[in-house]
Amino acid sequence: MDLFRRRPRHLSLPFGEHNQQEEPDNLWIRCPSCNEQLYEREYIDNLRVCPKCRFHFRLSLYERLETLLDAGSFEEFDKHLRSSDPLNFRSEGSAYADKLIEYERKAGTAEAAVYGSASVEGVPLVVAANNFAFQGGSMGVAVGEKIARAVDLAVSRRVPLLTISASGGARQHEGVYALMQMAKTTAALSRLSRVGMPYVSLLTDPTVGGVPASYAMLGDVTIAEPGAFIGFAGPRVIEQAIRQKLPPGTATAESMLAHGMIDMVCSRAELRGTIARLLRLLTGASYPRHLEDQASLPAEQMAAGMHIERTGVGD
Amino acid sequence: MATSLEFEAPLSELQAELDKARSAAVVNPDSGRNADRLQAQLNERLYVLYQGLNPWQKLQVARHSNRPHPLDYLRLAFTDFTELHGDRCFGDDKAIVGGPAFLDGRAVMVVAHQKGHDTRENVRRNFGMAGPEGFRKAQRLFKLAEKLGLPVITMIDTPGANVGVADEERGQVEAIASSIAEMCSLKVPIISVVTGEANSGGALAIGVADRILMLEHSTYSVASPEAAAVILWRSAQRAPEAAEAMRITAQDMLNFKLVDMVIPEPLGGAHRDATGMALTVRDTLIPVVTSLVSMGITDLLEARYRRYRDLGPFTGSDL
Ligand SMILES: [Zn+2]
Repeated sequence: MDLFRRRPRHLSLPFGEHNQQEEPDNLWIRCPSCNEQLYEREYIDNLRVCPKCRFHFRLSLYERLETLLDAGSFEEFDKHLRSSDPLNFRSEGSAYADKLIEYERKAGTAEAAVYGSASVEGVPLVVAANNFAFQGGSMGVAVGEKIARAVDLAVSRRVPLLTISASGGARQHEGVYALMQMAKTTAALSRLSRVGMPYVSLLTDPTVGGVPASYAMLGDVTIAEPGAFIGFAGPRVIEQAIRQKLPPGTATAESMLAHGMIDMVCSRAELRGTIARLLRLLTGASYPRHLEDQASLPAEQMAAGMHIERTGVGD
Repeated sequence: MATSLEFEAPLSELQAELDKARSAAVVNPDSGRNADRLQAQLNERLYVLYQGLNPWQKLQVARHSNRPHPLDYLRLAFTDFTELHGDRCFGDDKAIVGGPAFLDGRAVMVVAHQKGHDTRENVRRNFGMAGPEGFRKAQRLFKLAEKLGLPVITMIDTPGANVGVADEERGQVEAIASSIAEMCSLKVPIISVVTGEANSGGALAIGVADRILMLEHSTYSVASPEAAAVILWRSAQRAPEAAEAMRITAQDMLNFKLVDMVIPEPLGGAHRDATGMALTVRDTLIPVVTSLVSMGITDLLEARYRRYRDLGPFTGSDL
């Protein structure tokens, strides 16, 4: 694969230069899982998966969207939507408002999530993704609003929704406003069933706290990448609570699958094809949908909702 | 054992003097008049002290072991509460209690976090920190309330959802997420009362509501100030600072319009007068429930949706 080697300009994301991972030609890196020395170019071509042990390194938001979406299909919405620091939070003389500017410069996005319209193997959809490089992908008001707007967009366009999670949890600097985003995103999702469109949730390493405790665990189909840490609390917090080392495998994608909490663990190389296949299957209605709450939808919306066409499936 | 509040230390001398005068008053009427005078003095000082509590001090009041808990309210402010148990999946989480009860003759469904008044009870109740079984029990009771047309009243008092390996395995995140989802679409009125501390997804999991009321010295926070201080500064010692910076008090929540009403507590906090507090809560709840049950379900759900969907503030929208 040649995904990261060329620097494609087709994504309309305003990523900062610093976010584009350097591609030095003669560098070796060590796999933290199997300790194998990897030739960086080779491992990048392998979607940042260790060829020896299949360890999945984290992808940047940029790489993530590039590996999943059709080239040039992503159109970002509300690119400049950002937090306005509801608590006027400051500590030790430094203001959260100033830190936001710093995060933005480092991460290359105005907030810790992006959303927009796109397609996967020709299937149109709405996608929302966290940017872990922005304060650990934490959810404050702006992230909650972007996720909710992504849902709204999927509802109004009658297309499937895909969320891609990578988040350390709720943003403490926004206090209860951040907590309430769990309810905001969930409330928004309740309207997706009105148009009978599927919601696929992809969980990547790590997905912790308020994000999986709200919208990210409410997917109709939930997929995780191998080895991803997924839980209510992060590893350190769990260790602190149980006063012992974290038992191996705790709160991983594999453990979630074994305990019936997610539908599948899917390797990075197969993600794009799997998501495309799922979307084709889940939007393949041939029998009228008996949608919830039709009474409260405007008449013309309802009529459209009753005869949803298979939009743009396949190529 | 009752908590002793550090910031009340300056009152202890006066309190001791008053106690002495009260016991002397049994045989000496002069001492009785003296006791009344001391009581008035103490009340005055308590009033001033409690008016000026900082967020960290309020949290200590919210956590006071003598503070009335949901089962106390159910005994003092409701009648015929009948506790229902179990999530029908795995177990019965004693950190969450629930069941039908009458509030002023109206049948309602109550779901609440339950802490203990002593260590033994606290261990049994896991200090009010619920696991997935607690949130699934809550969902079961919400659905039952919807089927039967009973308004739901939740009482929130939790340090946070429980953290542990078994909780992760049994789907703590899924249980919280689906509880929130259930409440977002539940076709009966929901009223939440924050009686103590309301922290993290563990609070919100039973806290999505049409009306949110907070007791005067209760707190609401995205994480306990101890946990937040670790996340923010890697130091639990800085919890008082986190409590300050995160604006956790009922008064802050009301200013932010994140809650609808603050219910005044008896002089010197609810822990001094559980019965008085319970009656105030009852008298406050009755008209709120009455007004919500008179709303049509479409309007009620639309208003609940907008309450959460419109939560700001932010800038830079395309629209
Ligand atoms: Zn390896």
